[in-house]
Parts: sequence; structure tokens; C-alpha cells
Amino acid sequence: MTAAPSPDEDSGAEPPDLPGFRTWRGVYLFVFGWFVLLIVLLTVFTVTFS
Amino acid sequence: MSAVDWIVLVGTLVGIAGYGAWRTRDVRSLNTYLRGNASTGWGTIGLSVMATQASAITYLSIPGQGFESGIGFVQNYFGLPLALIIVCAVFLPMYRRLNVYTAYEFLGQRFDERTRLLGAGLFLLQRGLAAGVTIYAPAIIISAVLGWRLDLVIVFTGTLVIVYTVTGGSEAVALTQKWQMAVISAGMLTAMVVLLLRLPPGLGFAGAAHVAGALGKLQAVDFSLDPSRRYTVWSGIFGGLFLSLSYFGTDQSQVQRYIGGASLREGRLGLMFNAVLKIPMQFVILLLGALLFVFYQFAPSPVFFNQAEWRRFAPDGRFSAIEAEHLRATAESQSAIRAWLESRGTDDTAQETAARAAMVAASDRAHAIRVQAKSALAAADPRAKIKDSDYVFITFILTELPRGAVGLLIAVMFSAALSSKASELAALGTTTTVDVWRHLRPLAAADEARNVRVARRFTAMWGVVAVAFALFAGFAENLIEAINILGSIFYGVLLGLFLVAFFLRRVGGRAVFLAAAIAQALVIVMYFSLSIGYLWYNLIGCAACIGLSLALQAILPSRAPVAGSGRT
Repeated sequence: MTAAPSPDEDSGAEPPDLPGFRTWRGVYLFVFGWFVLLIVLLTVFTVTFS
Repeated sequence: MSAVDWIVLVGTLVGIAGYGAWRTRDVRSLNTYLRGNASTGWGTIGLSVMATQASAITYLSIPGQGFESGIGFVQNYFGLPLALIIVCAVFLPMYRRLNVYTAYEFLGQRFDERTRLLGAGLFLLQRGLAAGVTIYAPAIIISAVLGWRLDLVIVFTGTLVIVYTVTGGSEAVALTQKWQMAVISAGMLTAMVVLLLRLPPGLGFAGAAHVAGALGKLQAVDFSLDPSRRYTVWSGIFGGLFLSLSYFGTDQSQVQRYIGGASLREGRLGLMFNAVLKIPMQFVILLLGALLFVFYQFAPSPVFFNQAEWRRFAPDGRFSAIEAEHLRATAESQSAIRAWLESRGTDDTAQETAARAAMVAASDRAHAIRVQAKSALAAADPRAKIKDSDYVFITFILTELPRGAVGLLIAVMFSAALSSKASELAALGTTTTVDVWRHLRPLAAADEARNVRVARRFTAMWGVVAVAFALFAGFAENLIEAINILGSIFYGVLLGLFLVAFFLRRVGGRAVFLAAAIAQALVIVMYFSLSIGYLWYNLIGCAACIGLSLALQAILPSRAPVAGSGRT
């Protein structure tokens, strides 16, 4: 048996290299924010057309 | 289909398959064959992940779902972006650091060989049993609509996918998926544009959306806590998270798409590409279905969209009364919609409300006649296929699209079938080679050329199994649901194994292996003795595996680690 290595150990080794994002945490927060925005937009869509 | 359609269809399918096979004909490296080209960028990885998930049924059935029940099904994908974030942050870095070919190798390194074999075995059992469905399901619809021989469609599709997947392995799969996704995107965009152009003059997208919304087709979100509701925001987020985590994190057909590539960054961005685009993509496909519903309020529509099935009974005229009633109801519904649209232009709220109620009632009457038609079919022959929503979009394609576009849209369906099938075959071949054959022949692992030869043979073998199963499946009823049930029975325990591996560091191989075996037996016993929705077995299997692992780890006497237990 081998203990599972921590997945965070090298997460900073390869930065996202995207404009406006210095860390992967920032990318994940952006995707989460996009997901929340989609739910808001779908709610508005539902209210508008139902 | 016209000659132009045939040229577009055959040219697209054979062209992409031939290009994939030709470009990857010289693949000799095991790493390239199993993980794809080491320089693959995030765009190719993202498209490959997307193409693997979206089979032909996605493009045939989901517009039908939008037509029949509205766009609420989009909520089923709400857990997907969250699951992909977890896969990016936890699963992918681990797979890359351990340099594994399969997800199950990770179980071997984390626990022991028997747990790895258990994980690989559960995957092979589940995917192997489902092997024929991704070919069979679209073939049965396309052959019925176009009057083609089902066995020839299956053999043609199967042969095409076997040729390029066996030739170039994972590299050929990713290369062809990129072009297949281009064809799919172009085709679906064409269908949407034609649909909008075919709407009655003056209605436009906004008018059609208002009609669809008023008739209950555009409720995208439902925040209800009522568990009896089929699609809600909550079931989508929690159930969808769970299912997506199983699928993207532990299913080799997906893992293989993103563990290769130039770097960890490319894999992560490929997954984030899907996290961002999947919900909008599914929304657009469902919206297409809802707009098809509006289109068929104004255009002549069959009372039952699977016309091949309908015609089996129609020649003797026994359903002519239903057909006549459907025509009358459709005309009434159309008048009621027009009256409501006119009333919206006035300031008379009472008139608008009354017109809306009349429109809904007329639409309900038309729907009731469609239900009556299905009942009449079932009464005529209990074995008749009474679900026709899968045939709505293909009917629109064949009757409304111009020459050339029909061929393109049929190519979309076949491209989707080929792209998801190719990932499955590559994953089955890889897992059989790496986790089973190399386990039985550990000394052969060093011979790279032999490994590639063996991987090719196993991939071809699974392809032949898939084609044979699809040919046989024509005799089976409710096959797709049976496969989904089988998947739910095995998926939960498989995810449980991985969650223990990632998050419960003190649990060892003996405890998790016993826990998984007991949990799997428990799920099987529960399936045969209880009558609960089969999707719940995903949760039960996973929770049982995790809970039992913790309990057994506490109970079982500890052992000294065995040297070499982490062999891959």
C-alpha cells in the first residue's frame, strides 16, 4: 500500500498561463462563477418565456 | 437522399476515418498508441472529451426531449462543471504524476494488484456489456427512417471505427474526434439556421420562444424541493455531480482522453473547456427541440413521428380516424396560437389571458391525440415501439433541409456514433492490455512493440464484440435501459474505490478490496430485492464502499507493507 500523494503538491508547478489568471484556483473560481452566472441566466430565461 | 447527400455523407465519414488511419499508420510507440500524441494541446483534448461524451443519441434524442418535455433536462448537466473542477484539481494531477496508462493502474499503486484488477474488471464488465449500444442505438433509428438494412448500417459503422482505432489507437481517436466535432458543430448550426428560416413569416425567434414558453417548453430551471419531480436544480447539481465524477474521473474512456497531452496544463484546460461549454451546448440542442415543437404547430406533422412503425399498421386504414382527428386538432391549435399572438399586441390583458388559455387547451388536445395514437399502436401490437420523440429531429432533417445539408446532418449522427465508439474501443483495448494482459505476462511489459501489437488485437477484439452485440441486440427489448441499469450497479462501487484512494489515506488495500466486494454484492442483492430507481444504486454503491472501507480498516489487524506491491 502506498499513501496517496497530495494532488496539490505540484499544482503550482504548471501555472495556467492564461491572461488574468495566475493560479489554477483563480481558473476554478472563474469556472464556478460562470456556472453560477449560467444558472442565473437560465432562471431569467425561464421567467421571461414561461 | 440525393446524390449530393450521399457524396457529403460518405465523403465526410470515410474521409475523416481514412485521414485518421493514414496520419497515424506509423504509430509504434506504446505511449502514443495508448495516450495519444505527447504534443496534444488543450483544444484537441477538450474536443475529444466532448466528442466522447456526446454520442449519436445526444443529437437524435435530446432535440426530441426538448420537443416532448421541454428544456428542463438541461438541469441534469448542472453537476458537470463542479465535477470537472474536482477532476482537474485532484484526479488529473495524480494520474499524470504516477504516469499511468489507465485509471486502474493508480489503484494498483495506491493499494495493491487485486484492487487494481477489481477496478479494471468492473470497468470492462460495464463497458464491455454496453459495447454494442453506441452503434446499435443510432443505427436502429437511421435505418428505420431511411429504409436501410440495419445489419449493414451496423457493420459499416463498426468496420469504419475499428479500422482507424486499431491503426492509430488513442492518437487516431483524438485526431478524428477533432474533425468529427467540426462536422457536428457545422451540421447542428445548419439545422438551427434552417429551422429559424422555416418558421412562419413574422414569428421569428422571439415569437417562437414566447409560444414555446407559453406552452410549457421553456422552463429551464426548477428550484422545487419535491423529490418526485424528475428534473430540478438540486437533483441536477447533486446527482449530476456524482454521476459526472464517476464518469470523468474513473471511466477509462474519458480518463484516456485527458491523461495524455503535452502537459498537465493542457489536460486541465481541455477539461475546463468542457466545464464552460457543456451546459450552453446542451441548452442549445434542447432549445432546438423546443423550437421544433413550435415549427410543427404551423407545419404539417405526422401524428406519430416513427413513420416506419406507424406504416406497419396504417395500410389497412385502421388509424385513419386518429390521423383525421390529429389534422383537425393541429389546425385548431394553430388558430389558437395565432389568436394569442395577435392578442399580445393589444393592451387587453383579459383577452390575452383568455387567448392564452385557449391556446394551451388546444395544444393539450393535440397532445392527447398523439398519446391516443401511441395507445392504438400498443393495442395493435404490444411489441410496437411507441416512443417516437427520437424520430422528431431526423424527420425534420429529411423533410425540411436542402440537398447536401441532409447528408451533412446524417453525417453528424454517424460522426457522433463513431467518435464515442472509438473512445470506448481504445479504452477497452488499453485496459485489457495494461491491467489484465500485462498482469498475466509481467515479463512482456518491457517489449514495447509486442505491447502495441497486443493492444491493437484487443482493440480489434472489442470492436468485433461490439458489432456482434449490436447485431444481436436487434432482438432485445429495452436494451438501452438495461445497459444503464448495469452501469448504475457497477459505477457507484468503482467511484467509491477511487474516492477512498484519493481522500482516505489511512485505508489500505485489504480493507478497500473487501469493502468493494461486499458493497458490490450488497448492491446486486438490493437490486433484486428492492424496487427503487436504479440511479440510486450509484450513490448506495459508493457510500457502502466508503463506509465499509473505514469500518474494515478499523477492525482488520494491520499488516506490514509488502515490498513491490505497487508494481504496474
